[in-house]
Amino acid sequence: MAIKGAPLNILLVEDNEDHAEIVRRSFRDHQVLNTIHHVADGQAALDYLLKRGEYKTPETCPKPHVILLDLRLPKIDGLEVLKEIKKHKELHKIPIVVLTSSNEDKDVAMAYEYHANSYVVKPLSFHKFTDLMRDLGFYWLGWNVNPFAVHGADWKA
Amino acid sequence: MILLIEDNEDHAEIVMRSFKALQPEQSIQLVTDGETALDYLFRRGQYSDPKSSPRPKLVLLDLRLPRVDGLEVLKEIKQDEELRGIPVVILTSSQAGNDVKMAYQYHVNSYLVKPLEFGKFSELIRDLGSYWLTSNVNPFVHEPPD
Repeated sequence: MAIKGAPLNILLVEDNEDHAEIVRRSFRDHQVLNTIHHVADGQAALDYLLKRGEYKTPETCPKPHVILLDLRLPKIDGLEVLKEIKKHKELHKIPIVVLTSSNEDKDVAMAYEYHANSYVVKPLSFHKFTDLMRDLGFYWLGWNVNPFAVHGADWKA
Repeated sequence: MILLIEDNEDHAEIVMRSFKALQPEQSIQLVTDGETALDYLFRRGQYSDPKSSPRPKLVLLDLRLPRVDGLEVLKEIKQDEELRGIPVVILTSSQAGNDVKMAYQYHVNSYLVKPLEFGKFSELIRDLGSYWLTSNVNPFVHEPPD
């Protein structure tokens, strides 16, 4: 349950360090208080969420309020990660936004088949990417009511 | 097009007016109860012709609806192979924990609470429209344009 005023947790699953940095920077000064937890491959994403491997203690892996998921990932592919998350009762309600460079029909179709909440393509332009992150952040952290919160984040003055 | 499923006339008015002001080319179809919503989506009765009943690219769904409740409508959409890819955004006055929990259980894409104040309501519609119609990639990319 989200406590009012406590930062919302975002799990960022992204192997491209430049893209991860853009996301981190965009969310750093966001109007909605947040903490980004970053993992760089599909295996680490599942370990984080299932509290195993190097993520056995709860302090290292607080439950995210939203997951930003790239598709082309080392070790375990993003679509596989998505499919796996949605199988687990304690995880499947977490909103998952696929955030990928792929605009391929089959990736889009499969992501929705596996119940991704949203599918967003990373813009090539840096400014468009940061604008998109700002809007995406407002939407998922500000407007969207989180399944683990009774009220949405109270942030708009 | 957007399918708006809303039985409250005033709320429907605000949604449609906000879209008209911000995205005038965007067509919106309003239905006012859950049964009609399902008839439309499953192309039954008067909605059997796909040309006059195009698939929506976004569904805005209220919860407390006459005839068939919003959660039931959501459940049916997400269970259907052809329809499950359509983004469904719940837009409701309810903040009840159980409604939120069940909505996500049935794979709602997003859950939004209607602001009480008109200005904020319009802001919400603006951000919702911008996110789901511009930023989000819809699975039905090859459907004929509305």
